[in-house]
Amino acid sequence: MPLTKRIIPCLDVTTREGVARVVKGTKFINLRDAGDPVELGAFYDEQRADELVFLDITASSDDRNILIDMVEKTGEQVFIPFTVGGGLRTVEDIKEILRAGADKISLNTAAIQNPNLIKDSAKIFGSQCIVTAIDAKRVYVKSPEVAKNNIIIQIGEKYCWWEVYIHGGRTPTGIDAILWGIEAQNLGSGEILLTSMDKDGTHLGYDLELTHIFSEKLTIPIIASGGAGDPQHIIDVFKLGKADAALAASIFHYNEYPIGIVKEECKKSGIPMRL
Amino acid sequence: MPFYIAIIDYEMGNLKSIFKCIKHLNADAIITDDLKEILEADGVILPGVGAFGDAMKHLKEKNLIPVLNQIVIKKKPLFGICLGQQLLFSRSSEMGEHKGLSLVEGEVIPFEISKVEKIPQIGWNSVRLLDSDNFLVEGIPNHSYFYFVHSFYSNPKNKDEIIGLTTYGDVEYCSIIGKDNIVATQFHPEKSSKYGIQIYKNFINYCRK
Repeated sequence: MPLTKRIIPCLDVTTREGVARVVKGTKFINLRDAGDPVELGAFYDEQRADELVFLDITASSDDRNILIDMVEKTGEQVFIPFTVGGGLRTVEDIKEILRAGADKISLNTAAIQNPNLIKDSAKIFGSQCIVTAIDAKRVYVKSPEVAKNNIIIQIGEKYCWWEVYIHGGRTPTGIDAILWGIEAQNLGSGEILLTSMDKDGTHLGYDLELTHIFSEKLTIPIIASGGAGDPQHIIDVFKLGKADAALAASIFHYNEYPIGIVKEECKKSGIPMRL
Repeated sequence: MPFYIAIIDYEMGNLKSIFKCIKHLNADAIITDDLKEILEADGVILPGVGAFGDAMKHLKEKNLIPVLNQIVIKKKPLFGICLGQQLLFSRSSEMGEHKGLSLVEGEVIPFEISKVEKIPQIGWNSVRLLDSDNFLVEGIPNHSYFYFVHSFYSNPKNKDEIIGLTTYGDVEYCSIIGKDNIVATQFHPEKSSKYGIQIYKNFINYCRK
């Protein structure tokens, strides 16, 4: 029995009235407080999620203590690995979150602005806890020649490359996502959390070409994100996209497809899973 | 003295999650680098995440190496986790040659990219139990899954000391070790949900005896 593929629910959290809350309401009637990230985390552990990701979408440093408190409490009730991301800018920020009990942190905008943050933090805390989150969007071009400095993929009759966006997907950077991924790996990142902005929120499936090329070009694990709408999408991103892990939010939160069902479907199609 | 487990603090990795897991099982634990506190504990955990060389350097600086030797001589339960497991061995080739604690004979060697898909191995993998009578794996079904994060693995010289084996790519390696009062896992039980918690429960029960 080999290493299994991972299923990772993602919880967007915000801080309200001094406590961390899950942003979109979840639909679990058997939870005392479905908006409590800690309780929801423990519930997912019980459901056999392989890991959790908490993204602080407010990402305000004023609320850092609230986030740290959430991380502390999560560690008391959740016994699977969890990653915390959102607004971490310095080695000191990272240290606080890891000390509170997070297993990994994810860097996005701050890593683009200061790539040495990956290097410095990997050196201090180890590569295994530094995840680089990349938000990538397709840029279609007429021919491969017009974007010589990018990694161009032919999809059907079209050509495209992927551009990195920062600030929660609001700001294009002109940076090639694949080249950035390779650089992040070389700087010491232990994993890539790869979100397709084209697919995110569509429920139409992951960007398989994007995931596949990342998995091919990099040697570190790739967590695919953005677009999961049903179990088949997750099967596809493992089989065709060659992802190591699949992250999803709404299909789990609204209990459309409980984690157990998704994992069984994956297993049935021959994907190694921890059931 | 009331019962407690000492988690050795030598500035390598996430000690808090181990602490919380033990607390969750209603046992007392302290995170400490105090030699006396470690020696007087009912059981000792050597955790660790990071590089082998740095870890040995920190253990040396904190004068913890003789303490670990004494724990073994006194037959006190000692539990090495992840890097803490690798440190028990004689030597490692992680970023140069390093001498280990030599409490278990054998070496620590890297995965090769030609034999595995990705390095590090990150995620849940199963353990084939060779010795299901060892106290550490009581109540753990054969082929249960645990959470691993590592680029190096250990190769004990004495095969009798292998409690469990894990396969990654084309490599089958030792993922649970048992030697007298020493036990160790390459995976992180504190991150391995219910069977991981069971492992700590077994260790605590053994320490209470």
